[in-house]
Amino acid sequence: MARLSIEHLRKVYGEFTAVDDCSIDIAEGEFLVLLGPSGCGKTTTLRMVAGFIQPTAGKITIGERDVTNLPPWKRNCGLVFQSYALFPHMTVAENVAFGLEMRKVAPADRAARVAEALRLVQLTGFDERYPRQLSGGQQQRVALARALAMEPDVLLLDEPLSNLDAKLRLEVRVQIRDLQRKLGLTTIMVTHDQEEALTMADRLVVMEKGKVRQIGTQRELYEKPADRFVAGFIGRSAFLDGAMAQAGHFRSGGGLDIRCNAPASGPATLALRPERLAIGAEAESCANRFPARVEHVSYLGALLDIDVRLTEQDRILLQLPNRQGAAEPKPGDMITIGWAEDAGLVYPREP
Amino acid sequence: MSAARLSLGRIALNGAATLSLGFILLPLFFVFWLAFFRQEIPSFPPEGYSLKWFQAAANNKPFVDGFILSLQVGVLATLIGLVLGVPASLALMRHRIALGPAINTLLLLPLVMPGIVLGTSLYVFQIETEIATGLPVMGSLGGLVAAHSLVVIPWVVKLVTASLAGFDRTIEEAAQNLGAGPWTTFRRVTLPSIRPGLVAGSLFGFVTSFGNLEMSLFLVGPGRTTLPIAILQYLEWKIDPTVAAASVIQIVLIGAAMIVTDRYVKLSRVV
Repeated sequence: MARLSIEHLRKVYGEFTAVDDCSIDIAEGEFLVLLGPSGCGKTTTLRMVAGFIQPTAGKITIGERDVTNLPPWKRNCGLVFQSYALFPHMTVAENVAFGLEMRKVAPADRAARVAEALRLVQLTGFDERYPRQLSGGQQQRVALARALAMEPDVLLLDEPLSNLDAKLRLEVRVQIRDLQRKLGLTTIMVTHDQEEALTMADRLVVMEKGKVRQIGTQRELYEKPADRFVAGFIGRSAFLDGAMAQAGHFRSGGGLDIRCNAPASGPATLALRPERLAIGAEAESCANRFPARVEHVSYLGALLDIDVRLTEQDRILLQLPNRQGAAEPKPGDMITIGWAEDAGLVYPREP
Repeated sequence: MSAARLSLGRIALNGAATLSLGFILLPLFFVFWLAFFRQEIPSFPPEGYSLKWFQAAANNKPFVDGFILSLQVGVLATLIGLVLGVPASLALMRHRIALGPAINTLLLLPLVMPGIVLGTSLYVFQIETEIATGLPVMGSLGGLVAAHSLVVIPWVVKLVTASLAGFDRTIEEAAQNLGAGPWTTFRRVTLPSIRPGLVAGSLFGFVTSFGNLEMSLFLVGPGRTTLPIAILQYLEWKIDPTVAAASVIQIVLIGAAMIVTDRYVKLSRVV
């Protein structure tokens, strides 16, 4: 296992910039997740690391090796594909042994390493089966075993769970995470599934339109989103458009004066996490307190989603725990909502 | 009412299918029957049955020599067809080539071109080549094999491109990721995946070459006669069942080849 460093990586297709000045450092044994909407450049970045796409500019280093100009077969990255990509004409054991064979591992040692890899993914005894005789989850585990058997410097996972059904996804997710920890694998995973990313990653990279928006832990991304995009993409946020009229005062589009910790600037957006909002008596002690009209209530089981309107322009989403028996707001009710001074995060207005 | 009409339609369909199949199989049936007649001049009803025509066919030197030559030409032409046709199919299916569809059509053209036309043009071409270069092209084994590979290529291209169409290229990437270079990837991953197309293409290409008469008529040299031409020449003088016996042997051999192939590659799925 080794550390991996991506420096100023860039990929341009004609007029379109797929990846723009992407720099990421991944520590040895770290599980890093590239997260973003489709077309954000995360898969392109992964494929550049694997060597299937030649970068327009930038540098990729695995351990001490500069691999930027090496072909895929000389990089020693274990890649697990979304479609599994098992060799259909080979048995499970032959699939797993393929990488070892390419590395000229003696046949006697191969068998032991194949058996060990299959044991790791709990597929002992499946050696002689063909991929078509396995379920999707089993096939994905063979793909994982095949990548692990060759003892790669880094493990690359390209949406490895998106072809599995929901229940299996949870199972394989835990399994991959456990293995990664146990073996201390330096890992990059690409996904568009936020929950998957949050539960598996040590650190996450949020990408959008080819650019890295933020790199950080789950907590950093959720509590200190770097920009408006991250605030909206990781978890949920209510946004109010307005301007920072003077230091500490945000003036909303509907004319509300909101206290917050930010210097004066031009047009801005205020982001609020739903769980930082209080209602009724709990709102009494808050620095910001406003009357609001309940517009819509969605019952989500453990939570109630409540759309409220502060003014004609200012709408906010609340999330309340569903406390059985407690009085629930109904559409049309007037309630008081409030939040602390440090709850509102201010970002420059984006077009 | 509608059920009755449905079954009526089904009966009509089955009837038509049986009729067509019979129409196709009838000549084969007579060839097989005739091969076992005892008398020299085929007439009905047969006077008796005998295996002597098979012996006659096996002892007929032009037939045996023709069979060996056809076999040689067929095998060589098939090999050349594969060497040229497989890379052509890969190029056509995987790269955006200028005039790709036109090239594809061109490669399939020998299949639809009448054999006489193909033979005449190649005959003229080979004479011109011989005049221009002084090389002994006309009537040579090389010239004949080259012409035959022309009728093999369409089969290879047609069936290999069909196999490539359904081929998932990520398994090639997987192989490269595991450390296989381009050649190893092709040999270990691509080739096994397109094997049904390769096998079927070779088989049909070989059969086409083996049975080719019209084109070969123009291109064979003295003392170099393929089996179909040997049969034709024999028929000019005699119509005894030796020809039927030779045909039966040929049909049985090709049929056996198809059945054996079908065990490894389901031909019905490729063609």
